[in-house]
Amino acid sequence: MTDSLVPVLEAQEKMDTDKMWVIWGPQHPFSHGLWTLKLKIDGEFIVDADPIVGYLHRGWEKETENRDYARIIPMTDRLCYCASMTYSHLYCMTVEKALGIDIPEKAKYIRIVADEVCRIQSHLMWLAAVGTDLGNLTVFLWAMREREYFLDLNVKLCGARMTTNYPRIGGVRNDTTPLFDRDILRTVERFEKAMWDIIYLIDDSSVFVSRMKGISYMTREQCANLGLTGPAMRGCGVDFDIRRDDPYDNYDKVNFEVPVLNKEKKVGDTYDRYMIRIEEMFQSCDIIKQAVQKINAIGKNAPYRLKTPTKVPAGTTFGRLEDPRGESIMYLVSDGTDKPWRLKVRSPIFTNVSCSKAMCDGIRIADVPAVLAQIDMCLGETDR
Amino acid sequence: MADVIQAPTVDQVSEILKREFPDISILCVEERRVKVKCPREISHDVCVFIHDNLTFEHCSVVTGVDYEDHMMVVYLIANYYNGLMIDMDVDVPNDDPHVASVSDIWGGANWHERETWELFGIVFDNHPRLERLLTPDTYEFFPFRKSYKLRSQE
Repeated sequence: MTDSLVPVLEAQEKMDTDKMWVIWGPQHPFSHGLWTLKLKIDGEFIVDADPIVGYLHRGWEKETENRDYARIIPMTDRLCYCASMTYSHLYCMTVEKALGIDIPEKAKYIRIVADEVCRIQSHLMWLAAVGTDLGNLTVFLWAMREREYFLDLNVKLCGARMTTNYPRIGGVRNDTTPLFDRDILRTVERFEKAMWDIIYLIDDSSVFVSRMKGISYMTREQCANLGLTGPAMRGCGVDFDIRRDDPYDNYDKVNFEVPVLNKEKKVGDTYDRYMIRIEEMFQSCDIIKQAVQKINAIGKNAPYRLKTPTKVPAGTTFGRLEDPRGESIMYLVSDGTDKPWRLKVRSPIFTNVSCSKAMCDGIRIADVPAVLAQIDMCLGETDR
Repeated sequence: MADVIQAPTVDQVSEILKREFPDISILCVEERRVKVKCPREISHDVCVFIHDNLTFEHCSVVTGVDYEDHMMVVYLIANYYNGLMIDMDVDVPNDDPHVASVSDIWGGANWHERETWELFGIVFDNHPRLERLLTPDTYEFFPFRKSYKLRSQE
């Protein structure tokens, strides 16, 4: 913390400038949604930041108290269009836990495949956003092109591109469609090659790299204490992934390495927080390949969905899942009826954006888009 | 105080918490999950102990639940070394909804507590900045309380 203040203090010595609040947003190209970032600047340097969210608050959690359990699934898709699959998965998983049922093996693997496809397409959306934030429109176009192949997989699996409405309490809505395994393996193999084009484009561009390297260091302790989760925290040396360390569904039965940068250094900059997501996409490809093999091994006519009661026994429970953006938690209080008494959503970005004061501390105002692009902003789930 | 135990097991957590704080009741212990109930007078001390001695570095969630006859503050606290989570419930009465803030222990709890205050009206004492976050500043009611009915619930 003290190190990052050094240039600020030096600048203060040279000339006596007034500090000024600059307000970015709610309508600003960097914000990717409706939110405001108030920055207190001293010349070029940021000395304080105050994010303001809530423009999209629609009382999501209160709204769910008025619906029966099955009718909440489409609502979970609307929390974030990039992570619709993981949110509906999380919701169904939480209700299943409250019901105390174990879903069929096949459904678990289908959910893994769907989750990882969701993770890749969400990361590609983020990559497109980073491209535009840093002024490289080619990255945007190429990433969006790659993303479209994965959205096509969503269409093949469940008929919708983004708001999928696919997981169900007790399994998934439908079995994999014919030739889905062939299509997904083709897409993944194609993607693993095509991704290198984008990586070369970014890593060979000195503009891109120099805008991210050495900017906005976050230590491991800061990340853990401030609640920064997901790829951003793994880029800063926190060796934790819910898929591996707190496994849900069948993630403990697939082999994968969790990419973690700066494990020894325990401090990471914006470039590390960028790099980790690129590595994560390749890891997701690996998981998809394994899970597709397992689905094929289980066979065609295996059950993929259980019938479940509409009423959930009274009690409290929570589910925890690794979202593309971080740690998602749903906390469910049921009262024995067919409607939840309370459903709390822990959105990873809600907490990640509250760290923007720590992230922006001492950086130049021109670096703000590069730094905050690594949050991967999505307002639907932040404001709920 | 006990020594620092990095990555304690669920049995260790429940055993140590029971020994250090006799007022705590352990509600249930599952795989990687401990559910405890804690009186609100000692909730801050318990959180300091969980953070310092049991290495739970990350506060995932602070939220409220309105049970109509009383309210409850829920803390979900995570350990990064072994994926353990403590689910800590603190009851607060309706006529005096106060509980100590934990945002001095976990910085990440700051916004969660602001959100809980604005939606449930539970006051977190010693919070650095208890202002409305998601709802407009002009609101004078707490919309997530059960006494606040939606039009379709009336």
